[in-house]
Amino acid sequence: MELSPDQTIFWQNGFVTINLTLVTTWGIMLFLIISAALLTQNLKTDIHISRWQCFLEMIVTGINGQIEEVGLKNPSAYIGFIGTLFLFIGVANIGIILPGYTPPTASLSTTTALAICVLLAVPFYGIGKSGFLGYLKSYLQPTWIMLPFNIISEVSRTLALAIRLFGNIMSGGMIIAILLSIAPFIFPVVMNALGLLTGTVQAYIFSILATVYIAAAIKNSNKKEPKKVKITT
Amino acid sequence: MDINWFTVIAQILNFLILVWLLKKFLYKPILNAVNEREKKITDELKHADIQKADAQSAQDDFKKKNHDFDAHKKALLDKAVDDVRIEKQHLMDAAKKDAKALGSKLDKAYNEQQEQNSKEVSQNIQGQVFSITRKALADIASIGLEEQSVAAFIKNLKAASKEEKQQFIDAFTPNSSTILIKSAFDLPAKQQDELTTSINEVLSSKTSLTFKTDPQLISGIELSTNGYTMGWSFSEYLNALQKTISQDIKANVTEQPKILEHVNS
Repeated sequence: MELSPDQTIFWQNGFVTINLTLVTTWGIMLFLIISAALLTQNLKTDIHISRWQCFLEMIVTGINGQIEEVGLKNPSAYIGFIGTLFLFIGVANIGIILPGYTPPTASLSTTTALAICVLLAVPFYGIGKSGFLGYLKSYLQPTWIMLPFNIISEVSRTLALAIRLFGNIMSGGMIIAILLSIAPFIFPVVMNALGLLTGTVQAYIFSILATVYIAAAIKNSNKKEPKKVKITT
Repeated sequence: MDINWFTVIAQILNFLILVWLLKKFLYKPILNAVNEREKKITDELKHADIQKADAQSAQDDFKKKNHDFDAHKKALLDKAVDDVRIEKQHLMDAAKKDAKALGSKLDKAYNEQQEQNSKEVSQNIQGQVFSITRKALADIASIGLEEQSVAAFIKNLKAASKEEKQQFIDAFTPNSSTILIKSAFDLPAKQQDELTTSINEVLSSKTSLTFKTDPQLISGIELSTNGYTMGWSFSEYLNALQKTISQDIKANVTEQPKILEHVNS
């Protein structure tokens, strides 16, 4: 029994390996891009719009609203990254409804890649907001003693992101596979439905945590040192 | 469960490409459309606000005009009512005046008619009474009665007051005047002499008298000279009575309008 789609290899040439994870990812990418390109072809700016446009607007403005709620003032600057995280993970996880489909998020390589993206995005947005030194200073908050802990926190939360998503999706797949062998009729359907919910929730958790990390980085780098006030008596 | 680092790198690249492409094909167009629609809605709301303000202004104008129109209408109506009242008063006054004038005219005409009727009735009655009296007296008149008349005349002449006698003397001019004695019947010579003697006594001179017969006197005698007349006859009594009655009737007729006026007021 294969635990990860990475193990299904279609073509390999030394380091370069084309496995099921990559192929599925490309498929999802194509699906997302073609759908987006097709649905946004005839966008209307009137009061009356098509159902598809309304659906897309709901998704995009919903993501925008979530980003704003977390505390990022200008959500349109972050929607590209955070929205794509949500949509990619969400579509990848919901895809389990298709027979014979293995989500790319069940691969530790994919979740690691996404976690690394978040790890890189945090300093990217932090530096973009308050400069390189300003961002570095955030590691010294509230005091320089916290520097190693802050670095450990950064790495550990990236690992946590990767493992959490991988664990949830992989376990879901595993449970369904096991149940199929034990009780091939009713239970796999129920677990699949539960897997849809879990997959959507995980997409939400991953993207919202990424937003929180970015927001925290921006907030910390913006934080000014409190002025020392001399009290003379 | 190993991590395939090529897959990791490839997935990172895939993800970045996906970010770029979705940004281009999904987020930007959708957000632009949303923003544009929001802008359009905002513009339409602003436009609606302006239109609302215009409508409010127009409504206020209309209300003001309506109010002015009502006030103007009320003023015109009040003026018309006042004019009608004044005109009514004028017409009423004119009507009252006309009615009064007509009433006065009617009263006057009625009075005149009454007066005329009274006059006619009085005259008729008077005429009838006097013609009957005259006829009756004429029927009983005779020479004997004439003698009694001459005697009564002489008695009256003698019993006349000093002023009356003086008037008779003043009227008589001895040289140029003649004294005319009228009687209903021819006087006998004896009575003519008696009359001449009595008159001469009054005048204290000798005067010739002219005797004339006048049946109009009915019975009696009349003396006249230079416009002065003195006598005793039924005709004279009747004339005096007729004069008195006429004066009484006239007095009664002039009294009646005063009574009518009192009743009208």
